[in-house]
Amino acid sequence: MCLAIPCTIEEINGLDATAAVAGVRRRIRLDLLEDVRVGDAVLVHSGFAIQKLRAEDAAEVVRVITELGERAGW
Amino acid sequence: MVVRGFSDPKLVANLAAEISAIGQMDVQLMEVCGTHTVSFAMHGIRSLLPKGVRITSGPGCPVCVTSDSDLSLALQAAGMKGVTLATFGDMMRVPVDGMSLLDLKARGADIKTLYSPLDALSMAEERQVVFFGVGFETTSPGVAALLREAERKGVRNLSVISCFKLIPPAMRALLQEGGARIDGLILPGHVSTIIGTQPYRFLVDELRVPCVIAGFEPVDLMMAILVLLRMLSKGKVELVNAYPRSVRHEGNSQALSLLREYFEPADTEWRGLGRIPDSGLAVRAEHSDMDARLRFDLKPSQVQKPSGCRCADVLRGLIAPSDCPLFSVTCTPESPMGPCMVSSEGACAAWYNYG
Repeated sequence: MCLAIPCTIEEINGLDATAAVAGVRRRIRLDLLEDVRVGDAVLVHSGFAIQKLRAEDAAEVVRVITELGERAGW
Repeated sequence: MVVRGFSDPKLVANLAAEISAIGQMDVQLMEVCGTHTVSFAMHGIRSLLPKGVRITSGPGCPVCVTSDSDLSLALQAAGMKGVTLATFGDMMRVPVDGMSLLDLKARGADIKTLYSPLDALSMAEERQVVFFGVGFETTSPGVAALLREAERKGVRNLSVISCFKLIPPAMRALLQEGGARIDGLILPGHVSTIIGTQPYRFLVDELRVPCVIAGFEPVDLMMAILVLLRMLSKGKVELVNAYPRSVRHEGNSQALSLLREYFEPADTEWRGLGRIPDSGLAVRAEHSDMDARLRFDLKPSQVQKPSGCRCADVLRGLIAPSDCPLFSVTCTPESPMGPCMVSSEGACAAWYNYG
Protein backbone atom coordinates (compact mmCIF):
# COMPACT_ATOMS: atom_id res chain seq x y z
CA MET A 1 0.00 0.00 0.00
CA CYS A 2 2.99 2.29 0.50
CA LEU A 3 3.88 1.97 -3.16
CA ALA A 4 5.11 5.28 -4.57
CA ILE A 5 5.99 5.91 -8.21
CA PRO A 6 8.71 8.31 -9.43
CA CYS A 7 7.14 10.82 -11.83
CA THR A 8 8.18 14.03 -13.57
CA ILE A 9 6.09 17.17 -13.06
CA GLU A 10 4.81 18.54 -16.39
CA GLU A 11 2.25 21.16 -15.40
CA ILE A 12 1.23 22.94 -12.21
CA ASN A 13 -2.02 24.74 -11.49
CA GLY A 14 -2.28 25.65 -7.80
CA LEU A 15 -2.40 22.39 -5.85
CA ASP A 16 -3.24 20.40 -8.98
CA ALA A 17 -0.50 19.11 -11.23
CA THR A 18 0.12 16.76 -14.11
CA ALA A 19 2.90 14.23 -13.68
CA ALA A 20 4.26 11.72 -16.17
CA VAL A 21 5.87 8.34 -15.78
CA ALA A 22 7.04 6.29 -18.77
CA GLY A 23 4.87 8.38 -21.10
CA VAL A 24 1.72 8.00 -18.99
CA ARG A 25 0.26 11.25 -17.64
CA ARG A 26 -1.82 11.49 -14.51
CA ARG A 27 -3.33 14.23 -12.41
CA ILE A 28 -1.79 14.53 -8.98
CA ARG A 29 -2.00 16.90 -6.00
CA LEU A 30 0.63 19.01 -4.31
CA ASP A 31 -1.02 19.40 -0.87
CA LEU A 32 1.85 17.55 0.82
CA LEU A 33 4.89 19.13 -0.84
CA GLU A 34 6.16 22.72 -1.12
CA ASP A 35 8.18 24.41 -3.85
CA VAL A 36 7.45 21.90 -6.59
CA ARG A 37 8.47 23.06 -10.07
CA VAL A 38 7.87 21.82 -13.60
CA GLY A 39 10.59 19.28 -14.41
CA ASP A 40 11.02 18.09 -10.81
CA ALA A 41 11.20 14.35 -10.23
CA VAL A 42 8.78 13.50 -7.41
CA LEU A 43 7.50 10.37 -5.71
CA VAL A 44 3.73 9.99 -6.04
CA HIS A 45 1.68 7.97 -3.55
CA SER A 46 -2.12 7.58 -3.84
CA GLY A 47 -2.36 10.69 -6.00
CA PHE A 48 -0.14 12.96 -3.87
CA ALA A 49 3.45 14.04 -4.46
CA ILE A 50 5.20 13.09 -1.21
CA GLN A 51 8.85 14.00 -1.89
CA LYS A 52 11.26 15.38 -4.45
CA LEU A 53 13.81 12.82 -5.56
CA ARG A 54 17.42 13.89 -5.34
CA ALA A 55 19.25 12.82 -8.46
CA GLU A 56 22.71 13.52 -7.00
CA ASP A 57 22.14 11.06 -4.14
CA ALA A 58 20.92 8.41 -6.54
CA ALA A 59 23.91 8.88 -8.85
CA GLU A 60 26.32 8.72 -5.92
CA VAL A 61 24.94 5.36 -4.76
CA VAL A 62 25.18 3.89 -8.26
CA ARG A 63 28.75 5.21 -8.60
CA VAL A 64 29.89 3.70 -5.28
CA ILE A 65 28.43 0.28 -6.05
CA THR A 66 29.86 0.31 -9.57
CA GLU A 67 33.28 1.09 -8.13
CA LEU A 68 32.93 -1.75 -5.62
CA GLY A 69 32.62 -4.11 -8.55
CA GLU A 70 35.45 -2.57 -10.56
CA ARG A 71 37.83 -2.63 -7.62
CA ALA A 72 37.15 -6.30 -7.00
CA GLY A 73 37.38 -7.08 -10.72
CA TRP A 74 33.90 -8.61 -11.11
CA MET B 1 15.23 9.32 -14.52
CA VAL B 2 16.49 9.23 -10.96
CA VAL B 3 15.86 5.53 -10.40
CA ARG B 4 17.81 4.37 -13.44
CA GLY B 5 20.50 1.98 -12.31
CA PHE B 6 18.68 0.67 -9.24
CA SER B 7 17.54 -2.45 -11.02
CA ASP B 8 20.82 -2.99 -12.92
CA PRO B 9 21.65 -6.74 -12.70
CA LYS B 10 25.38 -5.96 -12.74
CA LEU B 11 25.11 -3.79 -9.64
CA VAL B 12 22.99 -6.44 -7.96
CA ALA B 13 25.70 -9.00 -8.77
CA ASN B 14 28.36 -6.68 -7.29
CA LEU B 15 26.36 -6.45 -4.08
CA ALA B 16 25.71 -10.20 -3.95
CA ALA B 17 29.46 -10.83 -4.19
CA GLU B 18 30.16 -8.30 -1.42
CA ILE B 19 27.57 -10.02 0.76
CA SER B 20 29.12 -13.46 0.14
CA ALA B 21 32.55 -12.04 0.96
CA ILE B 22 31.42 -11.32 4.53
CA GLY B 23 31.47 -15.07 5.12
CA GLN B 24 29.20 -17.54 6.88
CA MET B 25 26.52 -15.93 9.03
CA ASP B 26 23.39 -17.02 10.85
CA VAL B 27 21.11 -13.99 10.95
CA GLN B 28 17.43 -13.16 10.75
CA LEU B 29 16.52 -9.77 9.28
CA MET B 30 13.01 -8.38 9.21
CA GLU B 31 11.30 -5.99 6.81
CA VAL B 32 8.17 -4.20 7.97
CA CYS B 33 6.57 -2.95 4.76
CA GLY B 34 4.16 -4.66 2.39
CA THR B 35 5.86 -3.07 -0.60
CA HIS B 36 9.17 -4.57 0.59
CA THR B 37 7.45 -7.95 1.03
CA VAL B 38 6.44 -7.88 -2.63
CA SER B 39 9.81 -6.52 -3.84
CA PHE B 40 11.81 -9.20 -2.02
CA ALA B 41 9.59 -11.94 -3.45
CA MET B 42 9.17 -10.52 -6.95
CA HIS B 43 12.89 -9.90 -7.54
CA GLY B 44 13.93 -13.23 -6.02
CA ILE B 45 16.28 -11.47 -3.58
CA ARG B 46 16.31 -14.39 -1.11
CA SER B 47 17.82 -16.66 -3.75
CA LEU B 48 20.83 -14.31 -4.02
CA LEU B 49 21.69 -14.52 -0.32
CA PRO B 50 23.91 -16.98 1.55
CA LYS B 51 22.00 -19.78 3.28
CA GLY B 52 22.33 -18.39 6.79
CA VAL B 53 20.75 -15.02 5.93
CA ARG B 54 16.99 -15.11 6.37
CA ILE B 55 14.53 -12.28 5.63
CA THR B 56 11.18 -12.33 7.42
CA SER B 57 8.15 -10.07 7.00
CA GLY B 58 6.77 -8.19 9.99
CA PRO B 59 3.57 -6.19 10.51
CA GLY B 60 4.02 -3.96 7.45
CA CYS B 61 0.98 -4.80 5.36
CA PRO B 62 -1.81 -2.36 6.30
CA VAL B 63 -4.61 -4.70 5.26
CA CYS B 64 -3.05 -7.53 7.26
CA VAL B 65 -2.65 -5.62 10.52
CA THR B 66 -6.14 -4.09 10.45
CA SER B 67 -8.04 -5.81 13.24
CA ASP B 68 -11.34 -7.59 12.74
CA SER B 69 -13.02 -5.17 15.14
CA ASP B 70 -11.87 -2.17 13.03
CA LEU B 71 -13.06 -3.92 9.90
CA SER B 72 -16.41 -4.54 11.57
CA LEU B 73 -16.83 -0.73 11.78
CA ALA B 74 -16.50 -0.49 7.99
CA LEU B 75 -18.96 -3.34 7.46
CA GLN B 76 -21.39 -1.59 9.79
CA ALA B 77 -21.11 1.74 7.94
CA ALA B 78 -21.40 0.02 4.55
CA GLY B 79 -24.62 -1.63 5.68
CA MET B 80 -26.30 1.70 6.48
CA LYS B 81 -28.97 3.08 4.17
CA GLY B 82 -27.89 6.13 2.19
CA VAL B 83 -24.19 5.70 3.00
CA THR B 84 -21.44 5.13 0.44
CA LEU B 85 -18.36 3.47 1.88
CA ALA B 86 -15.10 4.36 0.11
CA THR B 87 -11.81 2.57 0.67
CA PHE B 88 -8.68 1.20 -0.98
CA GLY B 89 -9.14 -1.95 -3.06
CA ASP B 90 -7.23 -4.43 -0.93
CA MET B 91 -9.61 -4.08 2.00
CA MET B 92 -12.54 -5.39 0.00
CA ARG B 93 -11.88 -9.11 0.31
CA VAL B 94 -10.88 -9.55 3.97
CA PRO B 95 -13.52 -11.76 5.60
CA VAL B 96 -14.83 -11.04 9.09
CA ASP B 97 -17.05 -13.84 10.37
CA GLY B 98 -17.44 -15.03 6.81
CA MET B 99 -18.49 -11.63 5.44
CA SER B 100 -16.32 -9.20 3.45
CA LEU B 101 -17.02 -5.74 2.04
CA LEU B 102 -17.14 -7.39 -1.38
CA ASP B 103 -19.88 -9.75 -0.15
CA LEU B 104 -21.84 -6.76 1.15
CA LYS B 105 -21.40 -4.98 -2.17
CA ALA B 106 -22.77 -8.04 -3.97
CA ARG B 107 -25.86 -7.74 -1.74
CA GLY B 108 -26.39 -4.18 -2.86
CA ALA B 109 -24.34 -2.06 -0.44
CA ASP B 110 -22.82 1.05 -2.03
CA ILE B 111 -19.07 0.49 -1.71
CA LYS B 112 -16.46 2.20 -3.89
CA THR B 113 -12.75 1.53 -4.19
CA LEU B 114 -10.52 4.55 -4.70
CA TYR B 115 -7.04 5.16 -6.02
CA SER B 116 -6.69 8.52 -4.31
CA PRO B 117 -8.51 9.63 -1.13
CA LEU B 118 -9.41 12.90 -2.88
CA ASP B 119 -11.74 10.96 -5.20
CA ALA B 120 -14.08 10.72 -2.21
CA LEU B 121 -14.62 14.48 -2.28
CA SER B 122 -16.60 14.74 -5.52
CA MET B 123 -18.65 11.69 -4.47
CA ALA B 124 -19.53 13.43 -1.20
CA GLU B 125 -21.03 16.44 -2.96
CA GLU B 126 -24.18 14.42 -3.58
CA ARG B 127 -24.32 11.72 -0.92
CA GLN B 128 -23.08 10.70 2.51
CA VAL B 129 -19.58 9.23 2.06
CA VAL B 130 -17.60 7.38 4.73
CA PHE B 131 -13.92 6.90 3.95
CA PHE B 132 -12.50 3.78 5.60
CA GLY B 133 -8.92 4.87 6.25
CA VAL B 134 -6.25 2.21 6.66
CA GLY B 135 -2.53 2.51 6.12
CA PHE B 136 0.62 3.94 7.63
CA GLU B 137 2.30 7.34 7.71
CA THR B 138 2.76 7.32 3.92
CA THR B 139 -0.99 7.24 3.33
CA SER B 140 -2.58 9.17 6.21
CA PRO B 141 -1.32 12.68 5.23
CA GLY B 142 -3.29 12.39 1.97
CA VAL B 143 -6.43 11.77 3.99
CA ALA B 144 -5.62 14.82 6.13
CA ALA B 145 -5.47 16.73 2.82
CA LEU B 146 -8.88 15.26 1.93
CA LEU B 147 -10.40 16.50 5.21
CA ARG B 148 -8.91 19.98 4.70
CA GLU B 149 -10.34 20.15 1.17
CA ALA B 150 -13.75 19.06 2.46
CA GLU B 151 -13.67 21.88 5.03
CA ARG B 152 -12.47 24.44 2.50
CA LYS B 153 -15.19 23.51 0.02
CA GLY B 154 -17.90 23.17 2.66
CA VAL B 155 -18.55 19.50 1.81
CA ARG B 156 -20.39 18.28 4.89
CA ASN B 157 -21.25 14.75 3.76
CA LEU B 158 -17.74 13.38 4.23
CA SER B 159 -16.44 11.52 7.27
CA VAL B 160 -13.63 9.07 7.98
CA ILE B 161 -13.25 5.87 9.98
CA SER B 162 -9.64 6.38 11.00
CA CYS B 163 -7.81 3.08 11.41
CA PHE B 164 -4.44 4.57 10.47
CA LYS B 165 -1.40 3.16 12.20
CA LEU B 166 2.06 4.35 13.15
CA ILE B 167 5.14 2.24 12.46
CA PRO B 168 7.56 3.24 15.31
CA PRO B 169 5.28 2.18 18.23
CA ALA B 170 4.66 -1.14 16.47
CA MET B 171 8.43 -1.67 16.15
CA ARG B 172 8.77 -1.20 19.90
CA ALA B 173 5.97 -3.68 20.66
CA LEU B 174 7.38 -6.17 18.18
CA LEU B 175 10.89 -6.06 19.61
CA GLN B 176 9.87 -6.01 23.25
CA GLU B 177 6.97 -8.46 23.19
CA GLY B 178 6.76 -10.04 19.73
CA GLY B 179 8.84 -13.10 20.61
CA ALA B 180 10.58 -13.45 17.23
CA ARG B 181 14.32 -13.32 16.66
CA ILE B 182 15.22 -10.05 14.92
CA ASP B 183 18.93 -9.35 14.37
CA GLY B 184 18.41 -6.35 12.10
CA LEU B 185 15.57 -4.25 10.71
CA ILE B 186 14.96 -3.14 7.13
CA LEU B 187 12.88 0.00 7.67
CA PRO B 188 10.18 1.18 5.24
CA GLY B 189 11.41 3.75 2.72
CA HIS B 190 8.16 5.57 2.09
CA VAL B 191 6.95 5.75 5.69
CA SER B 192 10.42 7.17 6.40
CA THR B 193 10.03 9.66 3.53
CA ILE B 194 7.24 11.19 5.61
CA ILE B 195 8.48 10.74 9.21
CA GLY B 196 12.23 11.08 8.62
CA THR B 197 14.92 9.19 10.53
CA GLN B 198 14.58 10.58 14.06
CA PRO B 199 11.51 8.56 15.21
CA TYR B 200 13.60 5.37 14.85
CA ARG B 201 16.45 6.46 17.16
CA PHE B 202 15.14 4.38 20.07
CA LEU B 203 15.59 1.22 18.01
CA VAL B 204 19.37 1.66 18.05
CA ASP B 205 19.93 3.78 21.19
CA GLU B 206 17.62 1.88 23.52
CA LEU B 207 16.78 -1.48 21.96
CA ARG B 208 20.18 -1.98 20.26
CA VAL B 209 19.01 -3.30 16.91
CA PRO B 210 20.90 -2.34 13.71
CA CYS B 211 18.55 -0.56 11.27
CA VAL B 212 18.68 0.39 7.61
CA ILE B 213 16.08 2.53 5.83
CA ALA B 214 15.69 0.98 2.39
CA GLY B 215 14.21 1.77 -1.01
CA PHE B 216 12.36 -0.76 -3.14
CA GLU B 217 14.46 -1.58 -6.20
CA PRO B 218 16.69 -4.69 -6.24
CA VAL B 219 19.84 -2.60 -5.70
CA ASP B 220 18.18 -0.82 -2.75
CA LEU B 221 17.29 -4.13 -1.10
CA MET B 222 20.70 -5.73 -1.63
CA MET B 223 22.42 -2.61 -0.38
CA ALA B 224 20.30 -2.61 2.80
CA ILE B 225 21.18 -6.25 3.45
CA LEU B 226 24.89 -5.62 2.85
CA VAL B 227 24.93 -2.68 5.28
CA LEU B 228 23.08 -4.69 7.95
CA LEU B 229 25.36 -7.71 7.58
CA ARG B 230 28.46 -5.52 7.79
CA MET B 231 27.15 -3.94 10.98
CA LEU B 232 26.34 -7.35 12.44
CA SER B 233 29.73 -8.80 11.52
CA LYS B 234 31.48 -5.89 13.24
CA GLY B 235 29.11 -5.72 16.20
CA LYS B 236 27.96 -2.19 15.32
CA VAL B 237 24.47 -0.88 16.04
CA GLU B 238 23.56 2.09 13.86
CA LEU B 239 20.67 3.65 11.97
CA VAL B 240 21.65 4.02 8.30
CA ASN B 241 19.62 5.81 5.66
CA ALA B 242 20.23 3.82 2.48
CA TYR B 243 17.44 5.62 0.59
CA PRO B 244 18.71 9.22 0.63
CA ARG B 245 17.25 10.06 -2.77
CA SER B 246 13.85 10.13 -1.04
CA VAL B 247 14.37 10.08 2.75
CA ARG B 248 15.56 13.27 4.47
CA HIS B 249 16.58 13.39 8.10
CA GLU B 250 13.60 15.62 8.95
CA GLY B 251 11.10 13.78 6.73
CA ASN B 252 8.36 15.70 4.95
CA SER B 253 7.47 18.47 7.39
CA GLN B 254 4.58 19.80 5.33
CA ALA B 255 2.89 16.38 5.27
CA LEU B 256 3.56 15.90 9.00
CA SER B 257 2.10 19.24 10.02
CA LEU B 258 -1.05 18.64 7.97
CA LEU B 259 -1.34 15.19 9.53
CA ARG B 260 -1.04 16.63 13.06
CA GLU B 261 -3.65 19.26 12.28
CA TYR B 262 -6.32 16.61 11.65
CA PHE B 263 -5.18 13.53 13.57
CA GLU B 264 -3.69 12.69 16.95
CA PRO B 265 -2.08 9.52 18.34
CA ALA B 266 -4.48 7.01 19.93
CA ASP B 267 -4.27 3.47 21.26
CA THR B 268 -5.16 0.96 18.60
CA GLU B 269 -5.35 -2.77 18.05
CA TRP B 270 -3.06 -4.55 15.60
CA ARG B 271 -3.73 -8.00 14.29
CA GLY B 272 -0.91 -10.10 15.70
CA LEU B 273 0.39 -7.52 18.16
CA GLY B 274 -2.74 -6.64 20.12
CA ARG B 275 -3.45 -3.21 21.57
CA ILE B 276 -0.46 -0.83 21.40
CA PRO B 277 -0.47 2.57 23.16
CA ASP B 278 -0.46 5.60 20.83
CA SER B 279 0.12 3.45 17.75
CA GLY B 280 -2.88 4.67 15.77
CA LEU B 281 -4.40 7.94 14.63
CA ALA B 282 -7.78 9.31 15.69
CA VAL B 283 -9.53 12.35 14.21
CA ARG B 284 -8.77 15.36 16.43
CA ALA B 285 -11.58 16.68 18.60
CA GLU B 286 -11.59 20.01 16.68
CA HIS B 287 -12.62 18.08 13.58
CA SER B 288 -14.84 15.50 15.26
CA ASP B 289 -17.73 16.36 12.93
CA MET B 290 -15.78 14.38 10.32
CA ASP B 291 -15.23 11.36 12.59
CA ALA B 292 -17.53 8.64 11.23
CA ARG B 293 -17.45 6.71 14.52
CA LEU B 294 -19.20 9.63 16.20
CA ARG B 295 -21.40 10.69 13.28
CA PHE B 296 -22.90 7.21 12.88
CA ASP B 297 -22.33 5.90 16.41
CA LEU B 298 -20.28 2.98 15.07
CA LYS B 299 -19.38 0.33 17.63
CA PRO B 300 -16.88 -2.48 17.01
CA SER B 301 -18.37 -5.95 17.26
CA GLN B 302 -16.74 -9.00 18.81
CA VAL B 303 -15.80 -11.44 16.09
CA GLN B 304 -14.87 -15.09 15.90
CA LYS B 305 -11.38 -15.87 14.62
CA PRO B 306 -11.26 -18.20 11.62
CA SER B 307 -10.12 -21.55 12.93
CA GLY B 308 -6.52 -22.44 12.27
CA CYS B 309 -5.51 -19.15 10.56
CA ARG B 310 -2.05 -18.16 11.83
CA CYS B 311 -1.80 -14.67 10.31
CA ALA B 312 -1.05 -13.29 13.77
CA ASP B 313 2.08 -15.45 14.07
CA VAL B 314 3.17 -14.64 10.51
CA LEU B 315 2.87 -10.90 11.27
CA ARG B 316 5.20 -11.22 14.25
CA GLY B 317 7.76 -13.16 12.23
CA LEU B 318 7.27 -16.23 14.44
CA ILE B 319 6.49 -18.58 11.54
CA ALA B 320 6.95 -18.54 7.78
CA PRO B 321 3.70 -18.56 5.76
CA SER B 322 4.36 -22.13 4.64
CA ASP B 323 4.39 -23.25 8.31
CA CYS B 324 0.66 -22.49 8.60
CA PRO B 325 -1.40 -25.67 8.16
CA LEU B 326 -3.92 -23.82 5.98
CA PHE B 327 -1.30 -22.39 3.58
CA SER B 328 -2.06 -23.38 -0.04
CA VAL B 329 -4.33 -26.17 1.26
CA THR B 330 -7.56 -24.41 2.21
CA CYS B 331 -6.10 -20.87 2.08
CA THR B 332 -5.14 -19.50 -1.35
CA PRO B 333 -5.34 -16.04 -3.00
CA GLU B 334 -8.55 -17.18 -4.76
CA SER B 335 -10.10 -18.34 -1.52
CA PRO B 336 -8.26 -16.65 1.36
CA MET B 337 -8.89 -17.55 5.00
CA GLY B 338 -6.96 -14.63 6.45
CA PRO B 339 -5.76 -11.15 5.48
CA CYS B 340 -2.11 -12.15 4.87
CA MET B 341 -3.39 -14.17 1.91
CA VAL B 342 -6.00 -11.60 0.84
CA SER B 343 -3.69 -8.67 0.33
CA SER B 344 -1.24 -8.91 -2.54
CA GLU B 345 1.24 -7.37 -0.07
CA GLY B 346 0.60 -10.00 2.57
CA ALA B 347 3.48 -12.35 3.34
CA CYS B 348 1.30 -15.40 2.60
CA ALA B 349 0.17 -14.09 -0.80
CA ALA B 350 3.75 -13.13 -1.73
CA TRP B 351 5.01 -16.63 -0.80
CA TYR B 352 2.16 -18.22 -2.72
CA ASN B 353 2.55 -16.06 -5.83
CA TYR B 354 6.35 -16.00 -6.10
CA GLY B 355 7.15 -19.13 -4.06
